[in-house]
Amino acid sequence: MLENFSFRTIVEYLPLFGQGLVTTVWLSLISFAGALAVGIVLSAMNLQRGWLFRVPAKAYIDAVRATPLLAQLYFLYFGLPRLGFVLPELVVGILALSLNSGAYVAEIIRAGILSIPRGQVEAGVASGMTYVQRMRLVILPQAFKVTIPPLLGQAIVLVKDSALLSLISVAELTRAGQLLASDRFMPAEGFITIAAFYLLLYYCLKGLAALSGRWLGLQPARSST
Amino acid sequence: MIWQQVQSLAGSYPLALRGLGMTVVLSLISLVLGTLLGFGLGILRTGGNRLISAAIGAWVDLIRGTPFLVQIFLIFFILPELGIELDAFTAGIIALTNLAACFICEIVAAGIRSVPTGQVEAALASGLSRSQRMRQVVLPQAMRIVLPPLVGQYVLLIKDSSVVSAIGLTDLTRVGWLVVQRVPNGLLVFFLVGLGYFIVCYPLIMLARRLEQRMGAAHGEVQL
Repeated sequence: MLENFSFRTIVEYLPLFGQGLVTTVWLSLISFAGALAVGIVLSAMNLQRGWLFRVPAKAYIDAVRATPLLAQLYFLYFGLPRLGFVLPELVVGILALSLNSGAYVAEIIRAGILSIPRGQVEAGVASGMTYVQRMRLVILPQAFKVTIPPLLGQAIVLVKDSALLSLISVAELTRAGQLLASDRFMPAEGFITIAAFYLLLYYCLKGLAALSGRWLGLQPARSST
Repeated sequence: MIWQQVQSLAGSYPLALRGLGMTVVLSLISLVLGTLLGFGLGILRTGGNRLISAAIGAWVDLIRGTPFLVQIFLIFFILPELGIELDAFTAGIIALTNLAACFICEIVAAGIRSVPTGQVEAALASGLSRSQRMRQVVLPQAMRIVLPPLVGQYVLLIKDSSVVSAIGLTDLTRVGWLVVQRVPNGLLVFFLVGLGYFIVCYPLIMLARRLEQRMGAAHGEVQL
């Protein structure tokens, strides 16, 4: 049983794993920023009363939620060149992660806004506030608080999802494990090491989620996926 | 040109059907096994034994903290090193079942914890045995909390089954990947692949939403 487990090879490949880890972290950060942008726009569209913005936003969110990220990734990877956009794999990957997570972020923001009691809105109306004032001064500050823990949950999902980018040969953490596995025929060393690195990221984000819940005076973060 | 591609795509429909079949079979088997295992683990997790509960919690954290792709690679490439030979299909089933069981375990545990202790005490006072308490008092009430996220979890499971294409199983996603090598229209091919998943997943998403509303978890809608 795994008696040949070679720590020496792992140490030898440590620079590669380090690079992979760094790439995973920063591409996740960029994708998460992208997801926030997509999510804010989508949720703003989704909360409109008129159908012109609401219907496309809902359709987009449903389409993303009902299909796997891998299929979405391949859709962009094989589809964009056809439209004349020949982009590096890394950019396609970040785009896919942002567009995918954006749909989930939109739902989180929407739930946060809808969680504000109706009385708050009515009080705003009674005080003669305009729509923008109500949003800016009453609803968003309160909604912001509730959305932080689930957003961190989505960040955890995003970091894990970024492993799929290895399948379009982006040189991130999982790819580093695959390289060790195929170069030296040492799958155990490769995949156990990257699993450990992912766990490290997971516990950091989980700790952050718990802390943020405490700072904001909320109950412990509800874990989503 | 487009017409030729459509014809060529139409020609590969037996492959597409096989892929869809593989996706459905994989999801269905691991969904059933994962649910059974998940309920068992969830009940053990909330049972009195601290050691068992902590062990399950640690395992669930391990699975939740690592990407599913890495879990599949670990199972597919490392179990053979331990002397357990397995094909891609079995590896896929094991990985998906394990994933489902871990998430469902947490859902079930949360449901059981949501049942007020007074209910358990009343059952104890009525002289119900442990299994009677679970079956007749706790679980029926916990189901209200469990059901909506459980259905949501099934959607995630079906979508995650696409990742097994990475170890060469010909599921729907893999079929798309194969077809796109012949018919160079990624937009069309993966639109159709997505459509396949959508047809399976969307009704489940609607069901989860309806359940959530029915179970009274919905917040009062705010008019903005």
